[in-house]
Amino acid sequence: MKFYIRLFGLNLKSQMRYKFSLFLSCLGQFITAFTSFFSIKFIFMQIDAVGGFTYEQVLLCFSVMTLSFSIGEAVGGGLANFPRMVNIGEFDRILTRPRNLILQVMIPYFDFTRIGLLVQGAIVLGLAIPLSGITWKADKIAGLVLMIICGAILFFCLFMFQASFAFFTMNSLDFLNIFTYGARQFGRYPFSVYGKKILYLLTFCIPLALIQYYPLQFLMDETAHPARMFLPCFSLLFILPCRALFELGIRKYKSAGS
Amino acid sequence: MKSYLSLFRIRMINGLQYRAVAIGSILTRFCWGIMEILAFFAIHESGENFAMTFSQTASYIWMQQAFILMYNVIDNDQEIEASINNGSIAYQLALPMNLYGNWFTQCLANRLSPTMLNCLPVLILAMLIPAPYRLRLPDLNTVILFLVSTVLALDVVGAIAVLMHITMFYTISQRGMKIIGRAVVGFFAGGLIPLPYFPEIFQKVVSLLPFASTQSTPLLIYSGSLTGKDAVSAMGLQVFWIAVLITFGYYAMNHTLKRVVVQGG
Repeated sequence: MKFYIRLFGLNLKSQMRYKFSLFLSCLGQFITAFTSFFSIKFIFMQIDAVGGFTYEQVLLCFSVMTLSFSIGEAVGGGLANFPRMVNIGEFDRILTRPRNLILQVMIPYFDFTRIGLLVQGAIVLGLAIPLSGITWKADKIAGLVLMIICGAILFFCLFMFQASFAFFTMNSLDFLNIFTYGARQFGRYPFSVYGKKILYLLTFCIPLALIQYYPLQFLMDETAHPARMFLPCFSLLFILPCRALFELGIRKYKSAGS
Repeated sequence: MKSYLSLFRIRMINGLQYRAVAIGSILTRFCWGIMEILAFFAIHESGENFAMTFSQTASYIWMQQAFILMYNVIDNDQEIEASINNGSIAYQLALPMNLYGNWFTQCLANRLSPTMLNCLPVLILAMLIPAPYRLRLPDLNTVILFLVSTVLALDVVGAIAVLMHITMFYTISQRGMKIIGRAVVGFFAGGLIPLPYFPEIFQKVVSLLPFASTQSTPLLIYSGSLTGKDAVSAMGLQVFWIAVLITFGYYAMNHTLKRVVVQGG
């Protein structure tokens, strides 16, 4: 454990080395989220609701997705370097060390600049919470927190899922970006807006709707049974196939040489 | 001129090498386009009085997805960035070739070659899907205007890209500048939502900025949202920005190169 903390600290120190550059990156993340916010605002200056969801509810949805994504990507985004590590043979070096593989790949690339995105998400969430017209009782608050936490874990899993394919293709599969970066972009509207088929796909294949559309309905429904606040937890089942794919990859792994 | 042409050709061939990557990105573009269009479908179902019709928006998004690499200002020029970082820029400076012309040509080719590989399959797929979501084929005049405007847009993109690269002489890590550039250019060029969806006052100002002269103008012309006189004056604005950005970039480059220090090599 000490080893990982040390590795984490070293990474933080090295990123802090170039303070101005770190600041610019954070600012960039903030501006990126800001432009997404305006693209929602501009649309809602012309309509009252989309797919039955009001502006305030969409903002709530957008902020939850932004927060989950920023946490998930700060931790797991570094796994995007994984295909390159496999490709140039750096992964072989990691295999020889008696430490956890995933953590060794992840920690050196932990991305602190995502704090810019996190701040933006938190601001919009702060705006949306009072505006949304939801009576915030204990079960609703717990539901919201669970949405963000499970969302962050799900995004992390998606990054890992994408990285694991490198074992089989020796290259990055940019196609899967649609479930990570795409989910952030399209997740600003509740997924039911995209039609039934997309909603089913995002419920049963890639459980993104479980941290967004269904719990959002729970928050909006005054009479909902409190047990429904645990809905986002079902998305955590996605950990299993991710883990399995990674394990399978390790077992099949043949070095690409260096 | 001949050396620029052969440089252009080399970059093109280099870009056409990776076919598997291309198939993946075609699929991505297609799915991305569908999702965007479904979102706009829902938006159009909840209101009227939009400055663009739904089928215009669908065409806009399909063309945007097909040509996305051409309109990409920030991410296409890894080699130029690497040459600044690792000092091999020194070799390029030793060539009897103006560095601005060299970079500008590379920027154009780096955008054109992946686009040529990607755009046709996306366009064909987009024309085959059912009616309201389909990519519409406009009349010949519009297509010609669109093509001319695309060429102009490519030049604007190239000129902005070179300006971005020049700023990299001043920073050690380019990541921050790139993230900011991507967000600002993307938003003001109609990358997130087409400019006609902006509130009217905003739209008037934003459409005069150089960013609108990149993807927004040709895409709006194709989709039929920008026609007649407006289209011609928008293309005039494109020419204006090309002249301004290239002149500015040329002088900025010369000014910068006077004080550049190559550390590695």
